[in-house]
Amino acid sequence: MAEKLHVSLVTPEAELFSGDVDQVVAPGVEGQFGVLARHAPFMTILAEGEVIVMNDGTTRVFQVRGGFADVNAEGMTILAEHASEYLESVH
Amino acid sequence: MPSLKDMRNQIGSVKATQKITKAMQMVAAAKLKRATDAAENARPYAKRMASVIASLASRISGGDAPKMLAGTGSQTNQLVVVATADRGLAGGFNTAIVRAAREFIDAQIAQGRNVRIITIGRKGRDQLKRLYADRIVESHDLSGTKVLTLDVVAPISEQITAEFNEGRADVVTLFYSQFKSVISQIPASKRLIPAEIDATAEAGKSEAVYEYEPSEEEILEVLLPRNLSVQLLSALFENNAGFYAAQMSAMDNATRNAGEMIKALQLKYNRSRQAQITKELIEIISGAEAL
Repeated sequence: MAEKLHVSLVTPEAELFSGDVDQVVAPGVEGQFGVLARHAPFMTILAEGEVIVMNDGTTRVFQVRGGFADVNAEGMTILAEHASEYLESVH
Repeated sequence: MPSLKDMRNQIGSVKATQKITKAMQMVAAAKLKRATDAAENARPYAKRMASVIASLASRISGGDAPKMLAGTGSQTNQLVVVATADRGLAGGFNTAIVRAAREFIDAQIAQGRNVRIITIGRKGRDQLKRLYADRIVESHDLSGTKVLTLDVVAPISEQITAEFNEGRADVVTLFYSQFKSVISQIPASKRLIPAEIDATAEAGKSEAVYEYEPSEEEILEVLLPRNLSVQLLSALFENNAGFYAAQMSAMDNATRNAGEMIKALQLKYNRSRQAQITKELIEIISGAEAL
């Protein structure tokens, strides 16, 4: 299995998701982007939309509003003012 | 000398008070648990936000930095935000915050600066209104809100941003109570504008070359007002936890004092009752002897 990317999705209420995954797709203000492990350091503001977390063939989808993403050597951090998970997401 | 009936009534009333303080203590203890959980859950977000802003700030040279980060360069217009609880019966909790704020305000006024005040919470407003009625811009009352969220603080942070952008405030300082532990809440202040940069978060991160989408400046323009809300929210969480802790120990004290009072009154009551019985006996005996 390829190297994993550490992701945490944090809102002021709680840490919604934290763990090592294969890939994250997030809606940047300048377009959707995907992040894999060892991505170059990168910061962006997120548009309102879906953050898709893929790991071992399973997919979790989070609806995010007022978000911001920081990708660095330690992994990816998504700070969102509002976020919630789509339940029973099938992709 | 109060009659025996009066004393019985007094004991009854102290007992009733003790029941109330006991109940309040238990309610505060239950709410304290929830409040500390909320405060702890909010911490990672605030911490990450601070480190992101610190790393952005370290990359932006002085002249380009947004005003909210660098300040206007002036100190003349001070905006003081005082966050207290909406309710009392929590010992010196609210008074301690207000006292810290008052010292700051008086020092600023003494230096000839223009001080304006925004209060959050009813108790702070009530106490500051007496002294600085003409300086209070707005009083926010959060007594109706059950759960603190970003939506709750949004209007407050928008107002602060507007005050700043329209040039009515150069420096914004927030007063609140830091929740150290259940027995210790310390009144604290936090500078909101210009943003305080956490120096420890800055270190060691600057060697990486970052890509920004959009530019650093634009990201900061978006993040700084958000950071303001987050700072406010985390201060309110701390306040909330501190308030219930203070209320819990205040009510614990009150319950204990009521217990001592009941003991003392009961002793006095028993003594006078015994004295009266003895007196009556003596009267009967001497009456019988006289026959």
